Amino acid sequence: MTDTLVKFDRVTKRFGDFTVLKDLDFEVKKGEKVTIIGPSGSGKSTVLRVLMTLEPINEGVVYVDGRPLWHEEKNGRLVPAGEAHLREMRRSLGMVFQQFNLFPHMTVRRNLIEAPVRVLGLSRKEANKRAEELLAMVGLTDQADKYPQQLSGGQQQRVGIARALAMRPQVLLFDEPTSALDPELVGDVLKVIQQLAEEHDLTMLLVTHEMDFARQISDRVCFFDQGTVCEEGPPEQIFKTPKNQRTREFLHAVLHPNE
Amino acid sequence: MLFGYAWDTSSNWAFAVSILPILLQGMIVTLEATVLGFFIAAVLGLIFAVLRAVPLRLVSWPTIFIVEFFRDTPLLIQLFFLYFVLPEYGLLLPAFLTGAVALGVQYSAYTSEVYRAGLEAVDRGQGEASRALNLPPAHTFIKIILPQAIPRIIPALGNYLISIMKDVPVLSVVTVVEMLNVAKIIGDRTFQYMIPLTMVGALYLIMTLLASYLVRTLDNRLPTQGIPLK
Amino acid sequence: MWDYLPALMQGAWITLELTFWSTLAGAFCSFFFGLGRGSRNLLLKSVSVAYIEVFRGTSLLVQMFWIFFALPLMGVRMSPMTAGILALSLNIGAYGAEVVRGAIQSVIRSQYEAAKALNFTPRQALWFIALPQALPEMLPPFGNLIIQNLKDTALVSLITLSDLAFRAESLRNLTQDSTTIYTLVLFMYFGMALMLTAIMKLLERRVGRWRGTGAR
Repeated sequence: MTDTLVKFDRVTKRFGDFTVLKDLDFEVKKGEKVTIIGPSGSGKSTVLRVLMTLEPINEGVVYVDGRPLWHEEKNGRLVPAGEAHLREMRRSLGMVFQQFNLFPHMTVRRNLIEAPVRVLGLSRKEANKRAEELLAMVGLTDQADKYPQQLSGGQQQRVGIARALAMRPQVLLFDEPTSALDPELVGDVLKVIQQLAEEHDLTMLLVTHEMDFARQISDRVCFFDQGTVCEEGPPEQIFKTPKNQRTREFLHAVLHPNE
Repeated sequence: MLFGYAWDTSSNWAFAVSILPILLQGMIVTLEATVLGFFIAAVLGLIFAVLRAVPLRLVSWPTIFIVEFFRDTPLLIQLFFLYFVLPEYGLLLPAFLTGAVALGVQYSAYTSEVYRAGLEAVDRGQGEASRALNLPPAHTFIKIILPQAIPRIIPALGNYLISIMKDVPVLSVVTVVEMLNVAKIIGDRTFQYMIPLTMVGALYLIMTLLASYLVRTLDNRLPTQGIPLK
Repeated sequence: MWDYLPALMQGAWITLELTFWSTLAGAFCSFFFGLGRGSRNLLLKSVSVAYIEVFRGTSLLVQMFWIFFALPLMGVRMSPMTAGILALSLNIGAYGAEVVRGAIQSVIRSQYEAAKALNFTPRQALWFIALPQALPEMLPPFGNLIIQNLKDTALVSLITLSDLAFRAESLRNLTQDSTTIYTLVLFMYFGMALMLTAIMKLLERRVGRWRGTGAR
């Protein structure tokens, strides 16, 4: 099937003795908005970090757009990929980090321009035009010449989203994008993500603790536990009629923390 | 001939072997100067650190100036000053002692900073907590502050001990016959500088590696349990 | 006292020249070997480690004598000025290399991850992301090293260079007026050190501008 964009095929990832991802099978279709929920340590962030090539895998194969991410084909066999292959594969991926990870020594504008110019080879003028459009989209046009530290957390995260979009990825990964924010700042960031989800056919993969938000924007919700997909389905089904006992317990603990 | 040892210039190897005991004689002087200089620096630095903390500007400001002055002027000039100026005022010290004092003076500026930083790194809340518990100030300092400061102070002092060792050759200018001076004398007499100077370099490398290993070992042995070191 | 000043000033000028050139060359050594030590190229890495260990592990005066007395016997001849600058910069560069390495290591890992996610090459991440952030970290220790270097230049008087320390010694030989001469010279070094400290403070303020802007 060509419309599968991301595919994990029996992927195992270990940190020392601890197995984070266990024989994981998982797929995301082109244009699909998928939310991953689950308890901490369930491996949900690791899925994103493996996709962004920040964490190598131990077993299995990850495919992006039909091509193996961590492997290259040589004489009909899959061998661990070199840096050149990884660089090429990374072109279709973008990531928004929990801690924003903006470059503190660059203005907002340069945060958006630097990679398109140096990596994609855009002219400064083109990159700047792209940056202005994106800043307008996230509502930060007037902050372009400030440094990240001068912005609120919510504003920084919106810059983080714009910075990832400036590379025009096919898949955008959100690693708990609102977890580091003060509660009153979460709304602005979610609004931007929602707008993205509605107006673009971008493929989105989110790890989040915002259950209401997950329900609103996702085509599909995956509940992760102990390194595998425990249950997945449309948001209505997962949130209203979860089939799996562990999903029920998790959702109950998250949605009704005081009972 | 030096220190009763003769050298053998028949081959490079024989020469190197024959001058090794002579260089080791010089090394003893180097180590003695290091230890004495370090002792003076450690004590003088402590005095400066205390004077600097005195809540009286008449005392603390001149101390700050003196420490800064000692830190910002070359060891060589301080040494010359002590060596040539002190006798004019009737204070005649042997060259070795003058050298050790110069090392001590130069490095007292650094050690006083070590004490100050070590004490300041102890969380202010510790002193406040002690006061809240009504502990007497002396008890607070000795039992609460000091044990937390010492693990920070010792390794830093150890590193300055190594620095002092590397500065001892400067003492050769006032006729102290430490290791480098020995090599220089051998070179002047045999016109072979390469071998003695290279050997001094190698011996220094051994001494500093050994010393930093010792400092690290000491550092690991210090009771640091539960003390939040940066 | 005023009679000594012209000669001492000439010496101070040599001292400043020496400080300037050896700091410049030393900064080059610092970056070259500091980055080299973190390189994946095994040859460059081992050369850098050896250089740093040897020059930090031995005495500056030993290095200076070795370059001035031993090297010419191997046919390498150079002027006292060149020998002095070479010894000073190689020595200070070894300490500086450790500063560079430490500052780069202090750049948090997530910055490299962000760079990777934006598909920068490792080299681009080093030059455009890590180094600019490490630079403000380096400046205060570099400031200390420059003062150290200024003080170290006094040792070149021992290889016949007529810097401030050398002039002081010849004047003393001539006049036997040690107290005046050495007091004067101590204060001249002190003044130069304060001047260099002030310059470094200015530099620190300029380079670290993006850090101190906490206002929202």
